[in-house]
Amino acid sequence: MTTAQRSIPSPVTNPENLEYFDACAKGILLVGKCDACGEYHFYPRRICPHCFADQVKWVPAKGIGTIYTYSTMHRGVPVPYTIAYVTLDEGVSMMTNIVDFPPGSLTIGQKVKVQFTPTEGGQPVPTFTPA
Amino acid sequence: MSIQGKAYIAGAFEHPTRKAPDKSVAQLHAECARGALADAGLAKNDIDGYFCAGDAPGLGPMSMVDYMGLKPRHVDSTESGGSSYLIHVAHAAEAIALGKCSVALITLAGRPRSEGSSGTQARNYGASAPDMAYEFPYGMATANGYGMVAMRHMHEYGTTSEQLAWVKVAASHHAQYNEHAMLRDVVTVEDVINSPLIADPLHRLDCCVVSDGGGALIVTSPEIAKSLKRPLVKIMGVGEAPKGQMGGRVNLTYSGAAVTGPIAFAEAGVKPADIQYASIYDSFTITVIMQIEDLGFCKKGEGGKFVADGNLISGVGKLPFNTDGGGLCNNHPANRGGMTKLIEAVRQLRGEAHPKVQVPNCRLALAHGTGGQLGTRHVGATVIMERE
Repeated sequence: MTTAQRSIPSPVTNPENLEYFDACAKGILLVGKCDACGEYHFYPRRICPHCFADQVKWVPAKGIGTIYTYSTMHRGVPVPYTIAYVTLDEGVSMMTNIVDFPPGSLTIGQKVKVQFTPTEGGQPVPTFTPA
Repeated sequence: MSIQGKAYIAGAFEHPTRKAPDKSVAQLHAECARGALADAGLAKNDIDGYFCAGDAPGLGPMSMVDYMGLKPRHVDSTESGGSSYLIHVAHAAEAIALGKCSVALITLAGRPRSEGSSGTQARNYGASAPDMAYEFPYGMATANGYGMVAMRHMHEYGTTSEQLAWVKVAASHHAQYNEHAMLRDVVTVEDVINSPLIADPLHRLDCCVVSDGGGALIVTSPEIAKSLKRPLVKIMGVGEAPKGQMGGRVNLTYSGAAVTGPIAFAEAGVKPADIQYASIYDSFTITVIMQIEDLGFCKKGEGGKFVADGNLISGVGKLPFNTDGGGLCNNHPANRGGMTKLIEAVRQLRGEAHPKVQVPNCRLALAHGTGGQLGTRHVGATVIMERE
């Protein structure tokens, strides 16, 4: 398993995104879903970025997906870490960190599942680990 | 209506400094402006349009117009990161065509090297950036964003680290002749892939330099351009296109160049095969491969094969690129490479590039920039120019 874990900076919350991060604290990953066009989106907004309707609900995602791409930062940082886009089963891709995996074992297309990792200020954010 | 022939680039200046701890950013802007005016054979009071982007200190044109004592009747502070200056050329040509100004000054300058900037630092655009809360915690920097793009390109198209390395090899062949270039040593494919891994799959030599410096351009009307003593560099076609994460429909396999290329080529009435010299934004080696494909110099996915074996080296390959050494070897002032891309294209069209890298009888050139970050959000911009 990976050794030292990078310390994750806290997200800056605002009136629009507070619901998303409150859900993270309860272990729920929210994605945007538009009642007008039926499409999911990420990161969640109050107005649908696809059809521009304001009939958007933030709904729990299943929390499983596949790695779309990833890159491990090896230099210039205190601890190497891996950034990635994960394509959720709902069809939208989100930026995240992949954590708790054997070094060198990641592949594009690999199945991963969400977990919630506390940040420096305590607020958990979604990270992913091999399913 | 086409932009073709409505405006000309009459002045170009690249600041020779690569590290300027003893100068202010405003001072560097003004030094670049003086250089471009002298190159064009114009005076400060001839300037009636001013263009700058986010690197301009203070409140952009407000601060810089006041600092330099300009009296413009048209200002534009379009900000699209490193591609801003290509868009400024397009917007200047459009403003000149409408009679809003006749001598437009565009400046860029910055001191990221003196200020300790690095492509491995997570980028923070402030709490009001709507995406920041969903990206900053994950350590979204510059190098790993482009690393993710390269990783996906390799996965989809079989692009190799050796093919990426050829971009740097070609840039280094050109930089050896540039006395101002930060990195003048010619490197090999092995040198690149044996350099330390920064962000998978990108090695240190896949990354551009961090430099201080700047540059400036003068864009002017046909009447004024023809009254000057400089070779005539005519704007033929332009394009600009933002691309982002598309509400989660993330697709990192193409860039804004896929939109701007066809628009600019159609406006200019030319094809990729007609281009004799190309300045291609080279923040990283993968950036070049992606844009070359999207601009139509080869088929999508074949950029790796296209750049291999010296195909970008002037006098050797089919598409001489970045003959000043580009961002990979020469400089990347303010972490924004669009200005220097335009300047080297102007040099090539004037026949003023270094003799060892000058494209013979260069009549048609393209400059393309990618501002922002290919891994998240960026703006592509293309300018096609012709020597008249």
